[in-house]
Amino acid sequence: MNVHEYQGKDLLKAYGVSVPDGIVAFSVEEAVKAAEQLPGPLYVIKAQIHAGGRGAGHFKNNPEGKGGVRLCHTLDEVKEAAEAMLGQVLVTKQTGAEGKEVHRLYVTDGVDIEKEYYCSILLDRATSYLTFIVSTEGGMDIEEVAENTPEKLLKVSIDPATGMQPFHARELAFGLGLKKESLRSAGQFFMALYKAYNDLDAEAIEINPMIVTDKNEVMALDAKLSFDDNALYRQPNIEKMRDETEEDAKELEAHKYDLSYVSLDGNIGCMVNGAGLAMATMDIIKLFGGDPANFLDVGGGADKEKVTAAFKLILSDPKVEGVLVNIFGGIMKCDIIAEGIVAAAKEVSLSVPLVVRLAGTNVEKGKEILSSSGLPIIPASDLGDAAEKVVAATKQAKAA
Amino acid sequence: MSVLVNKNTKLICQGFTGSQGTFHSEQAVAYGTNMVGGVTPNKGGQEHLGLPVFNTVDEAKAKTGCNASVIYVPPPFAADAILEAVDAKIELIVCITEGIPVNDMVRVRRALQGSTSRLIGPNCPGVITPDECKIGIMPGHIHTRGKVGIVSRSGTLTYEAVAQTGAVKLGQSTCIGIGGDPVNGTSFIDCLELFMDDDETEVILMIGEIGGTAEIEAAEYYQSLKTKKPIAGFIAGVTAPAGKRMGHAGAIISGEDDTAAAKMEKMRSCGFVVSDSPAGLGEAVVKALAA
Repeated sequence: MNVHEYQGKDLLKAYGVSVPDGIVAFSVEEAVKAAEQLPGPLYVIKAQIHAGGRGAGHFKNNPEGKGGVRLCHTLDEVKEAAEAMLGQVLVTKQTGAEGKEVHRLYVTDGVDIEKEYYCSILLDRATSYLTFIVSTEGGMDIEEVAENTPEKLLKVSIDPATGMQPFHARELAFGLGLKKESLRSAGQFFMALYKAYNDLDAEAIEINPMIVTDKNEVMALDAKLSFDDNALYRQPNIEKMRDETEEDAKELEAHKYDLSYVSLDGNIGCMVNGAGLAMATMDIIKLFGGDPANFLDVGGGADKEKVTAAFKLILSDPKVEGVLVNIFGGIMKCDIIAEGIVAAAKEVSLSVPLVVRLAGTNVEKGKEILSSSGLPIIPASDLGDAAEKVVAATKQAKAA
Repeated sequence: MSVLVNKNTKLICQGFTGSQGTFHSEQAVAYGTNMVGGVTPNKGGQEHLGLPVFNTVDEAKAKTGCNASVIYVPPPFAADAILEAVDAKIELIVCITEGIPVNDMVRVRRALQGSTSRLIGPNCPGVITPDECKIGIMPGHIHTRGKVGIVSRSGTLTYEAVAQTGAVKLGQSTCIGIGGDPVNGTSFIDCLELFMDDDETEVILMIGEIGGTAEIEAAEYYQSLKTKKPIAGFIAGVTAPAGKRMGHAGAIISGEDDTAAAKMEKMRSCGFVVSDSPAGLGEAVVKALAA
C-alpha cells in the first residue's frame, strides 16, 4: 500500500526525521490559509498523487505549462498555483499517458539547499537483509544512476540480529562524504529512518532528494513510502491513510472479496486458482496469439460466492470478449468451482465465449455439472487446449 | 531415495486443531504420512484425529520423537510458530501459511542461520515424496513415484508440472514448493543441491516466476557444477506488467533481472531446457533427459 508524500512525512517526522514544515490542502482556500501559517518568504506547492516525477511532469490541460511542484513567493502566487493544479490531471513519467487527477496539495516551507542526495531503505531479496542505498546523485532517477554510474551507489546492509547500530549510520554518512558539521544530524536521520521502517512495517522508504541545508541539517525534501500489505492488520493508522481514489476501482473491488486481481490491456478475461498458474495462463494465452485482460487468482480456498464475485468482476470489464477459467483443484474442489461458474454465468447472462478447463480434485463431478447446465460452455482438456480454444472462440465471436 | 521426506519422517502439525490443520492432517494420514501428533497451545493433553495434542513443540518432540513439523497457523502467529520449531531443533519445518509480514520473515530467516533446522516456505504447497510422505496441501492422488525432482515457487503451477511429468510417464522423486514470498527458508539452489545428491532424481524441473533474482542465481550455480544432471525450467509472468504485484508477495518486477524473459535467457545460457509454454513442462523434461 502507498501513501501520499504529506502522510509519509508526517509519519517520519514522528520518528525524528527532519522535514520542511508543511500543511495539506484540499481546496484553493485551504492552500492559501496553509501558506499564511508558514514563515515564508518561499513556499513550495506540491501536487499529491501516488507517482513520482511530479516536478518534471505536466498538466493535461496545459502541456507546455509548469509541472506538479511549484515555487511561490507570494500568497497570490500560491493561490494561482493551487487553482492551476487542483482538479487537473497531472501526467508524469510514472503515471502513464492517462495521468492522475490532483485532489490534494501539500504546501510546504521553502528551504535553502546546500546539496542533494539520494537515500532509500528496502529489503535486499538476495540476502534477506534490510539495506540502505545512498548516493551523492540526489534528485536523479536512481535506476539511471545504477545503470550508468554504479560506483556512485553505496549499499549498507543491516543484520537483523543486531538491528541498526551507530556504525552503520557512520558508514552511510562518511560514504556520502558529508561534512563534519552535518554528521550528527545525518546519524539521527538514518537511525530514525530505520526505526520508522521497522515499526511501521514499511516495504520501501525512498527519500529523493535527501538534502543538507545551509544550516548543515539533513532533511527529507521528498518522501515516498510504501507498506507491506501483509502487515496492515497490525498497522491500523497506516490503513486509515489509504486513498481509494489512487487505486484501481476493480482491484479495490477484488480486494473486498479477498481476490487478487490486476487489470491488463487485452480482451481475454482469466480466472485461475493460484498466482503462478494465473500468470502462466496469461502467458499461454499470449503464446496462442491472444491478449489477457487481467490477472485473477481466486486463491486456494475459494467458495461459490467468491467464484461468482470473481466472474462478475471479469465481466464488468468492457474490454473482455472471451473468458478462460483454468482451475487445478487441490484444496479447491472442481465441483464447487463448477457450481460457482454456472451460478454466475446465469446471473450475469453471459454473452461472451467461455472456455473452462478443470483438473484435479473431483474433476469428473465438476465436468458433469458444467455439461448438464445447458450453458454454452466450451470444455478444454488441458492448458494448451484451453488457451487455443479461448483465443479461437474470442476471435470468432468478434468476427461474427 | 528421494529428498527431505520419506516414510521414516515423523511429522507433527502446528495449528493442529484448527480447520486447516485438521483437514490437511486427515489428508496426510490418509496418504500414508507418518503423523505422530500436533501442537495447539491450551489444548495439550487432548486427542485429535486419534493423535496426541501438545501445548508446545518442545513437549511434542520429547514425547513423539518427531523430526518434522508442518505449520497451518494464521499469519500473525506464524513467525512465532516457526521460531518455536527452530528452538525445539525440529529438522524440517514446512510453513504453508500465506501472508506473513516480511519483517517477521527477515527475523526468522536470520534465526535459521546456524540453526539445525531447514524451513520450506512459507506461502507454499509443501513437500511430497510420492507414495511415502505428503506434507502440505497438494492433492496426493495426482503424483506418481518416478525420476523428476520438481522445485517451484508456485502451488497450482507445481500441480500442473506434476500432471505433465506424470503424463510423460516419468513421475516424481520429490516435489518441493519453496513458496511465493520474497523471504523464504529454502532457495532454488538449496533444492538443486539436494536433487544433485539424490540417486533417484535423474532430471530436475525448476519452475520460477517474476520478482527477485533467485532463478538467476540458481542458473549460475547450476552452470558452475562439475557434475550435472539434466535440468528443465519454466518462468511464469512473461505477460506481467512491471511494478505490479501478481498475487504472490514476491512476484513483482522491480528491476531488469526480475523479468521472466531475463530469467529464461539466463537459464538457457546456463544449460537449462526452458519451455516457453506452461503446457510444455513434461516435454521439456523429456528433452532434457534425451540431451
